[in-house]
Amino acid sequence: MRAPAATTVVGGEVLLSVQNISLAFGGVKALQDVSFDIRKGEVRAIIGPNGAGKTSMLNVINGFYQPQAGSITFKGVTRSHMRPYEAAHGGIARTFQNVALFRGMTALDNIMAGRTLKMRRGFFWQVLRLGPALQEEMEHRLRVEEIIDFLEIQAIRKVPVGRLPYGLQKRVELGRALAMEPDLLLLDEPMAGMNLEEKEDMSRFILDVNEHYGTTIALIEHDMGVVMDLSDRVVVLDHGAKIADATPDEVKRDQNVIDAYLGVAH
Amino acid sequence: MLGQFIETLIGGLLTGVLYALVALGFVLIFKASGVFNFAQGAMVLFAALAVARLAEIMPLPFAIAIAIAIMIALAYAIEFLVLRRLVNQEGIILFMATLGITYFLEGFGQTVWGSDIYKINLGIPREPIFLFQGVFPGGILLDREELLAALVCALLVAVLAVFFQVTRIGRALRAVADDHQAAQAVGIPLNYIWLIVWGVSGIVAIAAGMIWGSKLGVQFSISLVALKALPVLILGGLTSIPGAIVGGLIIGAGEKLAEVMLGPILIRWFDLAGGGIENWFAYVLALIFLLFRPQGLFGERIIERV
Repeated sequence: MRAPAATTVVGGEVLLSVQNISLAFGGVKALQDVSFDIRKGEVRAIIGPNGAGKTSMLNVINGFYQPQAGSITFKGVTRSHMRPYEAAHGGIARTFQNVALFRGMTALDNIMAGRTLKMRRGFFWQVLRLGPALQEEMEHRLRVEEIIDFLEIQAIRKVPVGRLPYGLQKRVELGRALAMEPDLLLLDEPMAGMNLEEKEDMSRFILDVNEHYGTTIALIEHDMGVVMDLSDRVVVLDHGAKIADATPDEVKRDQNVIDAYLGVAH
Repeated sequence: MLGQFIETLIGGLLTGVLYALVALGFVLIFKASGVFNFAQGAMVLFAALAVARLAEIMPLPFAIAIAIAIMIALAYAIEFLVLRRLVNQEGIILFMATLGITYFLEGFGQTVWGSDIYKINLGIPREPIFLFQGVFPGGILLDREELLAALVCALLVAVLAVFFQVTRIGRALRAVADDHQAAQAVGIPLNYIWLIVWGVSGIVAIAAGMIWGSKLGVQFSISLVALKALPVLILGGLTSIPGAIVGGLIIGAGEKLAEVMLGPILIRWFDLAGGGIENWFAYVLALIFLLFRPQGLFGERIIERV
């Protein structure tokens, strides 16, 4: 992993911004003219009621969806849409709402899979399994072991992930994303379905990643307490449109947000 | 009696190698995409047709080289026109897509190459080899083509084993088979991986098609060989390259031995007609495996946490 940043600069330069993104599936407008930015080093939360378009937004950012309108600027390069490979290559890692692990593989192999793009040595050396390739494989193993230690999952390294309880699966999935040494980490409901203790663990991991490695994080979360504790800035979506974009405290008091969550009397 | 047994066993094992060759194509694609590629048989037919017709107008090695190029182009077309658009769909959707590819290839193959029975001449003498003539009366008969098939198969397996198991491509393949989106998210280039496995199984189809074609003549029934590969896969496990080989050998040897050894017993003791055992033996064996060991001999354990 990279050397720890001395201080976390919140509100630094813009790492990624989306401009006027619109996305529709047939007649369903998932996103309507949404713009916001994510600054280097911050924890950015995306919240909103069910069906607000939060996951769609993450899918646009890492290239699973191609928006019909708008553009994405990542590390100074503006595109009309991302491709999954470009996103991964450029340093965007993500986790999924419903845990998308490689079920037949062990926790260790899953996290090693996150190193795919970091492997440099050519095919020839791989086949011979010697020289630079062997050394490289060992270096990657070392990094992966660091991540395993960090996430406190040493005991389950060799267990096929399909057998793990849900909370640990989420942790392995975070490990796989971290193995990519991302510049931007997208977390889709990292605490969904967890009990209080697991939520606290996960919160701690997220903050540690952000503070020690300076990784920029964008997360979707339903637990308001978690959002308020973790995030520097919050963007609120409702029915595919942005209705607020501010600090957690401001968002909490915002009348539009309160209406969106509680409903308005007509 | 012993001589007959050994001869049947060897004949069966060599046929089994041919089954294994077809099964190998299935396994490659299943490992890399979780797709059961029903079109494998049609690919074998298409490849055999290509080699047979091209060999009429040019020397065999050139015909094979062009056939390889055609199969790779076909893999590219399948990836670009079909698979790419079905990323992250259910396995059954992808399976249906391969069903469509099957019928297209069978028909298109005839459109391009014609629908007669064609010959592939591998330049191997037709006379069988006789071994151990001093030990057994009449010796043991070996078919040269089947022997060649065994060698080709062994070579292919060795190359594939190195390619897929020693390199990190193996890990990427398993990742893609498990979850398309997650694989993309960690930067595994899905399209590239699919192109590789469909291309490689196209090349395996050429090997299988040439050997079957040289045995039976290149004709429509070659695509049915794929159906014999199904029990092989169930026995060996859908995800295992060694499994495809061992499964092929067991089924090849098993069905021949059952026909020759079990048949007479059924005739003598139960007064049955006794024939046709070869036709059902493989499937009954596969059924038994499905009941008691659904993952096959070498397949990955099926783990499902509910």
